[in-house]
Amino acid sequence: MAAPEDGVSDCRTARTAPLLRGKANVSEPSATVVVLPELTDRNRHFWQGGERGELVFLRCHDCGYYLHPPIPVCPRDQSKDVRPEAVSGRANVASYTVNQHPWLPGFETPYVVAIVEMPEQTGLRLTTNLVNCPIEEIRVGMAVRVLFRHHEDPNGDVWIPLFEPDTDADADEGQR
Amino acid sequence: MSAAANMAEKQCAISGIGQSDVGRRLGRDPLELTLDACYAAIADAGLTPADIDGLSTYPGAMAVPRGFTGASAYEVIDAMRLEVGWYGSGVETSGQLGSVMNACMAVAAGMANHVLCFRSVWEGSAQGSGGRSSIGPGVGRGGARGATIYAGSFEQWSLPFGSAAAPVWVALFAQAHMERYGVTTEQLAQIALNGRRNAARNPKAIYRDPMTLDDYLNSRMISSPLRLFDCDVPCDGATAVIVSRRELADDLAQPPVYIEAMGAALHDRTNWDQLKDLTRTVGAAAATQMWRRTSLTPADVDIAELYDGFSYITMLWLEALQLCGFGESGSFVEGGTRIALDGSLPLNTSGGQLSAGRLHGYGFLHEACVQLRGKGGERQVASRPEVAVVAAGGGNTCGCLLVTTVA
Repeated sequence: MAAPEDGVSDCRTARTAPLLRGKANVSEPSATVVVLPELTDRNRHFWQGGERGELVFLRCHDCGYYLHPPIPVCPRDQSKDVRPEAVSGRANVASYTVNQHPWLPGFETPYVVAIVEMPEQTGLRLTTNLVNCPIEEIRVGMAVRVLFRHHEDPNGDVWIPLFEPDTDADADEGQR
Repeated sequence: MSAAANMAEKQCAISGIGQSDVGRRLGRDPLELTLDACYAAIADAGLTPADIDGLSTYPGAMAVPRGFTGASAYEVIDAMRLEVGWYGSGVETSGQLGSVMNACMAVAAGMANHVLCFRSVWEGSAQGSGGRSSIGPGVGRGGARGATIYAGSFEQWSLPFGSAAAPVWVALFAQAHMERYGVTTEQLAQIALNGRRNAARNPKAIYRDPMTLDDYLNSRMISSPLRLFDCDVPCDGATAVIVSRRELADDLAQPPVYIEAMGAALHDRTNWDQLKDLTRTVGAAAATQMWRRTSLTPADVDIAELYDGFSYITMLWLEALQLCGFGESGSFVEGGTRIALDGSLPLNTSGGQLSAGRLHGYGFLHEACVQLRGKGGERQVASRPEVAVVAAGGGNTCGCLLVTTVA
């Protein structure tokens, strides 16, 4: 399966490790259906943080607890002072699967679905796609970092957070 | 048998069981299948519809996914002209067996004496005319070219990434568990192989032809490490049980199957990717609760009927129910001899949902009662089991029952 001609990262083509060109506006090369989150006042910070290149979670301003999925009241101290806040965008793979089944028209298989965990808080996780990485190299625990796929949409643009190998993390590891 | 006679389930017994025809695509009115199961269960107990004064079902009315529910509580109450003192349904409960636990609590609370419980599906027929409908409302039925689907609620966290269905979600648990504990593909295969062996002895099972390890390994990968044969088979069929007040059940047509303990606890996050530990099912809390409600222990279990919507869920239930240690399910099922009909812990004796059909939880409870009554025919466990553990559900929705013929 070939990478898109424009070389832009795409979650359906992780095996071929295409080059990434910044925060390009990725069209779906063969999509018949695009799945986007339905933007609401509660989730907009998360799905649009990528415009600034930021992975943004809701965080309790009183106790520092990240709230995901976003909720209006902190379960730790019941504070309502919860505010969007960017995290580092670094994460580790908690688990992954190479999906081969065409559940959705337009999702070329195989593609890698992963659960990644942010270092900022134990259990702060996202489901995402791993890209720019040969499937054989994926392991639980591997270091990854966020990148975004921009979708223009009349209901509000969306930046889908994807993850790729964090090569800097490997360098850090070597220095320790 | 128990120290705590005031617990709801100790006041109850399963007095009757019934099941409709089961098939890949029967093309029958799902309400007809539902009523077939319900009337059969009532007759099995030696009761009449006039005796039924409670009704409980999972999930009740749901428009989507298509085929997921064959009849609502209201439809059955009306179609059978029941007069009930209590009824209820719902999908937000402790798995499919949550509806049976609710029935126990209704009986114990004095709201009913004989509660008709049922689960009805027609996913085989529903999906025969389109994509697998269990991948979320509005999705997978071939949207128009260029269409945008907007995922709301919990689906926004998975659908945009093509994490579109339960096999993908369970695969994520499976991969984490396999990497942590070194479970092998050959070990995992035993769940499917065992199911098929047992299904060959079950005349109502959907897939009865022999399956070899090579067959399993050659089945197409759905979402690694889960292959096609790790996924259950959608079907049409309905199952019903009657939960009766214990002292009334003792005088009915069948030997009662007592509900020794039930587990409904949810001590975890409800989004599947947020579980505290991706390698442990939410059912672990339900199982712990269940064992606290009985003096029996895992060593007393004669047979296990454990949900296999996907093979790995069975693996996680084996551990959650303390039938083996955490991380030990791979070695526990290795070779398949321990879990075979003549093994020390016969597992999914009807073939499970993998081979007998996705009757969605209730099939396991039905089979446990069949085995405890000694009516399993060719698949009857010869050592004549007296205690069965039944577990259903996965992800955020899990529940379990310990049932026995010993008073």
